[in-house]
Amino acid sequence: MTRSVRRTRRTLQVTGVGAAALLALSACSSSDGSSSAKSGSSASAGLSGEVTVFAAASLKESFTTLGKEFEKAHPGTEVTFSFGGSDALAASITGGAPADVFASASPKTMKIVTDAGGASGTPATFVRNQLEIATLPGNPDKVASLKDLTKSDLKVVLCDKAVPCGAAAQKALDASKLKLTPVSYEEDVKAALNKVVLKEADAAVVYKTDVKAAGDKVEGVEFPESADAINDYPITLLKDAPNAAAAEAFIALVQSAEGQKVLNAAGFLKP
Amino acid sequence: MTSPSSLDKAGAADTLAAGPRRRRVRVRGGAPLPLLLPALIGLAFLTLPLVALLIRAPWRSMPDLLTSTEVWQALQLSLVCATAATAVSLVIGVPLAWLLARVEFPGRGIVRALVTLPLVLPPVVGGVALLMALGRNGVIGKWLDAWFGITLPFTTAGVVVAEAFVAMPFLVISVEGTLRAADPRYEEAATTLGASRFTAFRRVTLPLIAPGIAAGAVLAWARALGEFGATITFAGNFPGRTQTMPLAVYLALQSDPEAAIALSLVLLAVSVAVLAGLRDRWMTAS
Repeated sequence: MTRSVRRTRRTLQVTGVGAAALLALSACSSSDGSSSAKSGSSASAGLSGEVTVFAAASLKESFTTLGKEFEKAHPGTEVTFSFGGSDALAASITGGAPADVFASASPKTMKIVTDAGGASGTPATFVRNQLEIATLPGNPDKVASLKDLTKSDLKVVLCDKAVPCGAAAQKALDASKLKLTPVSYEEDVKAALNKVVLKEADAAVVYKTDVKAAGDKVEGVEFPESADAINDYPITLLKDAPNAAAAEAFIALVQSAEGQKVLNAAGFLKP
Repeated sequence: MTSPSSLDKAGAADTLAAGPRRRRVRVRGGAPLPLLLPALIGLAFLTLPLVALLIRAPWRSMPDLLTSTEVWQALQLSLVCATAATAVSLVIGVPLAWLLARVEFPGRGIVRALVTLPLVLPPVVGGVALLMALGRNGVIGKWLDAWFGITLPFTTAGVVVAEAFVAMPFLVISVEGTLRAADPRYEEAATTLGASRFTAFRRVTLPLIAPGIAAGAVLAWARALGEFGATITFAGNFPGRTQTMPLAVYLALQSDPEAAIALSLVLLAVSVAVLAGLRDRWMTAS
């Protein structure tokens, strides 16, 4: 997506001034100019401008909370998030999306960015996440284990193997030698969970944190095999970060005791 | 998440819709610069991204990428579903277009607006709407499930439904336009000669508007082939059952961008071949 935006932009620059208005409308990054000018002052008091955080879909609730805390602690800053499948985000970043921070749901997706030279420094693991089965409220199908999901009359959705939650689910299934045929491989963890929230599917294998975030719309069932597929979440400052100073402060907040409290409350495990 | 191709298709829609009534008029003395320059920019804007796809294509690993069973499965499913969605659109869309063009009834303007709504609606919204209506827990889907045991989400039929929902307005608009341009007096003449209204429609109107129907069907087919948002939202993603080419492209982009480019090229080639081939044959006929 972002790649095409960029390509479009290049095309426009080549083809001339007449399209400049179009460019202004189509380019999603309005922050380029405004934030980079102000990133010079690194003292925490002088932070300002927009911080763009690309974060795994599973971090949505906790990072939104942390973003608000950050804005309160540093008036004049604004944290904008792009939540999505970690791989899609990594692809956008290597494709040139103007982001400051990348928080991914697996080291494998983070590696896509570091391999492309997109990270500044070494990514740090800030939380870990464990899988859980999400069922309909009240667990009408009496799902008690991962094996119960292999029952043929049950509609189960998994994340696609290309995204971390799908890779983790596959790992847990392989470790327990179970064969599970879902009705769909969803594009990210929230899409999988929502199929259960909308009652279109009977169960989904998602993160514990997502079950928690969904409240009473789904019921969580823990399963022991999830211990074999715990995901590490790495976070990093990006090399071409338009607002590096504020971005570093945001990463510090995520790793601080205060930040960890928010993340733990959402169901994440300590690294 | 709207696929960029849907934009291209909408663009193609305009050129094609204008097709049947096109007249060959030449501008004498060449095009004036104030028109020529923006026109060339427009041309570059629409074609350069596609050229870039060709430039960045991993030609060397192409054979391996394209011979995998998943790709063929997805392509086959795309072709089958797009064709089925077009057939559905023809069966219910042509009568709908006739109704809109030939019958005066109160609120016709509103009905026409409603029919064309899926054209401008983000496809994902269409998918959510379909879930609310035809999902297992949906307004109608609940009864389909309880009475007949039919659930559409996660099935190939669900893909056809999603594609037809998004593609049918293209057909309806095209056919309605042709009907309005066609002279109703032929039908009237047929009925005064003793043909029933339906016979007149079948034997007189249909042959008269055939080029318009063909144009609309091609548009609907192309739109269905590129449909992404409603499909992934309503029908999910399962290889061989609901994973069409656009879905395969999107998910390949997550893990293997090269494969995504290769798949995009296949879809591009199929679309270009069909649009180019059918256009010359039918759309310039009248």
